[in-house]
Amino acid sequence: MAVASVTPARRRLRDRLPVVHQLRQSVGLQRGMLVAGLVMLGVFVLVTILAPVLAPYGFAQRADGEGSFGTQQPPSAEHLFGTTVGGYDVLSRVIWGTQTALLVVIVAVLLSIFIGVALGLYSGYFGGWLDRLLVVVFDAIYAFPSLLLAIVLSIVISGGQSSLWGGVLAAAGSIVVVFIPQYFRVIRAETVRIKAEPFVESAKVLGASNSRIVFKHVFRNATRTLPLIITLNSAEAILTLAALGFLGFGIEPTAAAEWGYDLFKAQSDVTSGIWWTALYPGLAIVFAVLGIMLVGESLNDLADPRLRGRRRVAQASGQVAETSVVPGGTLTAGPGGLGGLEDEETFGDQGIEVRR
Amino acid sequence: MSTVVDIRNLGVSFSTDAGAVKAVDDVSLSVDRGEVLAIVGESGSGKTVTAKTILGLLPETATARGAVVLSNREGTRESNIVSLSKQQLRAVRGTDVAMVFQEPSTALNPVYKVGWQIMEGLRAHGEISKKEARAQAIEILGRVGIPDPEVRVDHYPHQFSGGQKQRIVIAMALVLNPGLIVADEPTTALDVTVQAEILDLLRRVRDEFGTAIVLITHNMGVVADLADRVAVMYQGKIVEQADVATLFAAPKDDYTKALLAAVPYVGHGTVHAAERAAERPAGWAEQAPAVEARGLEIEYPGRFGRAGFRAVDGVDLTIRPGEVLGLVGESGSGKTTIGRAIAGLTKVTGGSLQVLGHEMLGGRERDFRPLRSRIGFVFQDPASSFNPLLTIAECVAEPLVIHGRAADAADARQRVDELLEAVQLPRAYGDRFPHELSGGQRQRASLARAIALEPELLIADEPTSALDVSVQARVLELFAELQRGFGFASLFISHDLAVVDLLADRIAVLYRGELVEEGTGAEVLGAPRDPYTQRLLASLPVPDPIAQAERREELRRLREAS
Repeated sequence: MAVASVTPARRRLRDRLPVVHQLRQSVGLQRGMLVAGLVMLGVFVLVTILAPVLAPYGFAQRADGEGSFGTQQPPSAEHLFGTTVGGYDVLSRVIWGTQTALLVVIVAVLLSIFIGVALGLYSGYFGGWLDRLLVVVFDAIYAFPSLLLAIVLSIVISGGQSSLWGGVLAAAGSIVVVFIPQYFRVIRAETVRIKAEPFVESAKVLGASNSRIVFKHVFRNATRTLPLIITLNSAEAILTLAALGFLGFGIEPTAAAEWGYDLFKAQSDVTSGIWWTALYPGLAIVFAVLGIMLVGESLNDLADPRLRGRRRVAQASGQVAETSVVPGGTLTAGPGGLGGLEDEETFGDQGIEVRR
Repeated sequence: MSTVVDIRNLGVSFSTDAGAVKAVDDVSLSVDRGEVLAIVGESGSGKTVTAKTILGLLPETATARGAVVLSNREGTRESNIVSLSKQQLRAVRGTDVAMVFQEPSTALNPVYKVGWQIMEGLRAHGEISKKEARAQAIEILGRVGIPDPEVRVDHYPHQFSGGQKQRIVIAMALVLNPGLIVADEPTTALDVTVQAEILDLLRRVRDEFGTAIVLITHNMGVVADLADRVAVMYQGKIVEQADVATLFAAPKDDYTKALLAAVPYVGHGTVHAAERAAERPAGWAEQAPAVEARGLEIEYPGRFGRAGFRAVDGVDLTIRPGEVLGLVGESGSGKTTIGRAIAGLTKVTGGSLQVLGHEMLGGRERDFRPLRSRIGFVFQDPASSFNPLLTIAECVAEPLVIHGRAADAADARQRVDELLEAVQLPRAYGDRFPHELSGGQRQRASLARAIALEPELLIADEPTSALDVSVQARVLELFAELQRGFGFASLFISHDLAVVDLLADRIAVLYRGELVEEGTGAEVLGAPRDPYTQRLLASLPVPDPIAQAERREELRRLREAS
């Protein structure tokens, strides 16, 4: 970090942005993992946005001007990934499927994060009977198999009719129910910890109101681990959607493209030597989930100074850290004056004072 | 061959996020048999890193250069720690060199019996039967002064007091009879009275076992009490090395002189307090007190079915406007609890506590909130008493914003700048984040926040105990200056008698929740009446080896008398 050598008034913007900061901080294998994950995630999002341009056909298209596509056609020039048993173009459905996956991720995370964080803050800060009740309820939800919940929800929401929003909401809803306890627990634990920190007590001594303490002092300090949970939960959201589709509770092919549904329909193909109908949707799931997971895992490693890799330093190199308040280390600056007081040293990221 | 360890041109660097940082720079030291070498210096001076190198305990991120030649007790084997493999290091640790850690409660594993933990070291080095190991463990426990070692060997760490735990840690270090023990701040976590006992034990270790000790400490009193030779470290270098009498009598290096001058002595504040008392106008004592406690009781609720813990039991005290009351006591004496109760952070359960005319017993938080603008609080740990996500200016502006003196932090900036200058911090520091300041700077910012509303009462809970001696001296000076300027009444809580003596008009001594003695500095420190105060005063090591030897004798007499 030799770039930031002049005493910055605040840390620069690029050092404070969550992912960018970690990217600059990382080295070696951890950097490789993070970069790979970010690239995969970038490709995923890009494909989502450009799906109408990239996909050669619509997701529910079975024929074009030259007639029907035909079912279970092997890869060819017209259909690069072949066609499915239903007569859809595999490539197009893989590309359109990214949209459904991203939609589920966004809906699931948005729905769960607000409720989970709000309840966690309240529960952790105020405690009391509501806190105890919430902890018990959420523990019970933990014990409940989420896939079963998703199936029930998908039947309730779609009422037997499977549409795009029906399927998305069913998957997202079941994930939300399972995720709220996760956000709740993390935020509650952090809140309980931060509540005992002297800076919160100091705010109390100053006479700050509870809402001011919660929002100004507790909330911002409690949300540090959220990016990590969001990435892990996003991956889980995609997997749940795929599992629902695979079990036959997914979205009808005419409503939206969905990888799980395609895998479900490809089950019988696998044994008859038709590999392309199962391979590409499967790869798409792996690609999306792996990308998100890699980002999440490396963020986790980088957040912990003990796991964070650093470049080895040359033997006994570097400068001795200036650790004294007064350069020269003595009390030469008089009690009333600023003479000789701290004006030359700068600080590293971790608050280590280094004279340069 | 009489040298146990010989460090030659040692350099240690760490790789950090901010690049390479050198912690130890070209240090050469040697320790002779049966000698106590004290390494002193402020935090970050490299003293702990130097000591850990002797045991090869440096973390992965460190690289070392130079040589650390360690010989065993008999002087028959020499090894260079820096170049040893992990396996060879394991053979050396325990048999040739052992370590005593700072915090005895975390150095012992709570799920194993202490005897087992001592035997573990024995069995890691060579074949020894269980019975034999147990016999040795019992013997060593007896020798470090644990009563009934045959019974106590089967007890768990939580069944021992802090001082006894430290004795066990020392026993673990001694059991393999190493030629050298590295003691990293062995008494910092202990109370003064216990500290004196542990220092006695370490002295016996040197005399009876003939073990050399490398003592890492920042407490000059401890150095004067125990050390034979002293090495002063500053910024990774050794600035001075001398035997203890010479160093205290005639320090050569400027840094050593400044360090010694910064150490507070008991008795230095008495004159100052008498002057202040003389200046008080007539009728001052009849004013309504800022804080008045009568039979104050504070009880922490126990677990279900168990009685609560009574932290404060029937304490009477008064703080008049403009007066500094020093509250002294060891850990668990209830001094912090009283401070928190006055600030309304802990509930009062009995007696009466009037703060600025408001009764705290059974009082409601809502009624007390307006009064909070008249009370300031300085916390012990400056590192955690600031919200890490706010800048210093925003933190200092908090009280102004909360009590409506300013619309937001930007609006309060001018006042914040004035406050920062009042505590001798440059204005530009307002834009920094708390972690970008050193400990002393943070504590000054903390003072700025506490005086932002010009309170009538300031509670300072061990404001300097997390700071180095030289920094502490500056913060104390600043505190005294601010108190003169703003004229607030203050409760100054500390475990250090010398620090309290410097600032306080009156001193109150707490022992197990009860007030055992109260009076002016001259009364309490000059002629203590209570036996506990006498013991406390005698236990406090003074930074002067000759005077300390006399005090040690006096303490021994006191102990025998009681």
